[in-house]
Amino acid sequence: MSARTEFPNSQAKPLRVGIREVEVVIVRTGVANMASVVAAFERLGARTVITSDAALVARASHVMLPGVGAFGAGMAALNVAGLGEALVGRIRDDKPTIAICLGLQLLCESSEETAGVKGLGVLPVQVTRFASALENAAQLKVPQLGWNRVEAPEGARFLKSGHAYFANSFRISQARAEEARPLQRDQLNVWQSAWHIATANYGGNFVAALERGNILACQFHPELSGPWGQQLLQRWLATNDTNEVT
Amino acid sequence: MLAMRVIPCLDVRDGRIVKGVRFQGLRDAGDPAERALAYELQGADELVMLDVSATPEGRGNALETVRKVRRVLSIPLTVGGGIKTILDAQRLLEAGADKVSVNTAAVVDPSILDALATEFGSQCTVLAIDAAADGDSWEVVIRSGKERTGIDAIAWAKAAVARGVGEILLTSWDRDGTRSGYDTALLSAISAAVSVPVIASGGAAHPEHLVDALGAGASAVLAASIFHDGDFTVGDVKRVLASHGYEVRQ
Repeated sequence: MSARTEFPNSQAKPLRVGIREVEVVIVRTGVANMASVVAAFERLGARTVITSDAALVARASHVMLPGVGAFGAGMAALNVAGLGEALVGRIRDDKPTIAICLGLQLLCESSEETAGVKGLGVLPVQVTRFASALENAAQLKVPQLGWNRVEAPEGARFLKSGHAYFANSFRISQARAEEARPLQRDQLNVWQSAWHIATANYGGNFVAALERGNILACQFHPELSGPWGQQLLQRWLATNDTNEVT
Repeated sequence: MLAMRVIPCLDVRDGRIVKGVRFQGLRDAGDPAERALAYELQGADELVMLDVSATPEGRGNALETVRKVRRVLSIPLTVGGGIKTILDAQRLLEAGADKVSVNTAAVVDPSILDALATEFGSQCTVLAIDAAADGDSWEVVIRSGKERTGIDAIAWAKAAVARGVGEILLTSWDRDGTRSGYDTALLSAISAAVSVPVIASGGAAHPEHLVDALGAGASAVLAASIFHDGDFTVGDVKRVLASHGYEVRQ
């Protein structure tokens, strides 16, 4: 139960899910700025704890893997003290878990951003940079900074279409996601159903978000995506590990 | 495709907004958090807060202001003004900024740009350039315009991007405060020279000015008095941008 004092909880009324209060355990990934994430959850009435304690991550009801910064530094933070294993275990067991921006990329096998570093490997795909020579014909500005239109897939529980705020130079291109198809063939091999994939377009389609069961991974920043993002976080907060949105 | 961003700018000194006299619908038009939320509700895509405090006490107040704004704001917040070190930037980020903007300090010692990009990422590192026309080119000015540097603005922008800057906040020193529109020639020149987004600043008084800036290659438009004075809301401006065929977030 480390780091409880770092971000004092707000006086906001806790969100009620059944009879429980929701506490979101935020994984410490190094230098990532977490004030915006904490503020977003507290506006929704949830409590937050920031930790690098793998046991807490494993048993928490709701866990967030944030991410601002480089792939290699993010993995270095997860490779200590069993944090990575705790996260992979949560995803295998379908415990409510959300990954944001770099957090999504850390679920992949690897990234062009930091060659030679292995990701958590949940998603069998490599993260690549925007603006290969082909794409740059469109005079793409990189990083992608701003609001892009997210197209949600049919049948998603959390994701809806709308504008989301992105701040990224790297992403899973749709072409790579197709090659890795079916993404249900994930390395965990314990889940029969596919990921629902939301896309956006920036010099070509890329993976804006994925969800499956109680797991949600967003390339965009829901905590900075206005009411649309707040509602997305609220839908995820209201889920529990029995697969019901209450 | 990205929507074109409309970014109100708050100039804050000692925890209070400096500019603006006719803002509608607020109990206290000088309170940064209340104003920030009002802009978000109008449809602002992002906010920039510039700390124009001149004293260490004022800087301390800026951190508390950032915390208060962050608590209510669910869109990105860029904070600039007086950042000299990585620690200055880190304190602002921990208080709730999503990006930090450096200006004079980067001209004095450009290595701060490499350090910020390495530590926090390019997407977090904004370079503010104040540029003054000098014949056919533009010269970088610093210390709030008090000092000319002799540095070519285009060359500076390119060098900064090579050091890892992820966004440029480009203010025309000639147009700032004149209400005569952005310097579109400056915007075109810098936008064409760099691979990162450029935010247009300085001179906006009418939605058509923002249209012109986007036409010149800006990825976003920043304005202060046009919104503070209550002449136009962010929504008004976005409707004009949309009528010119630009994608905006409604």
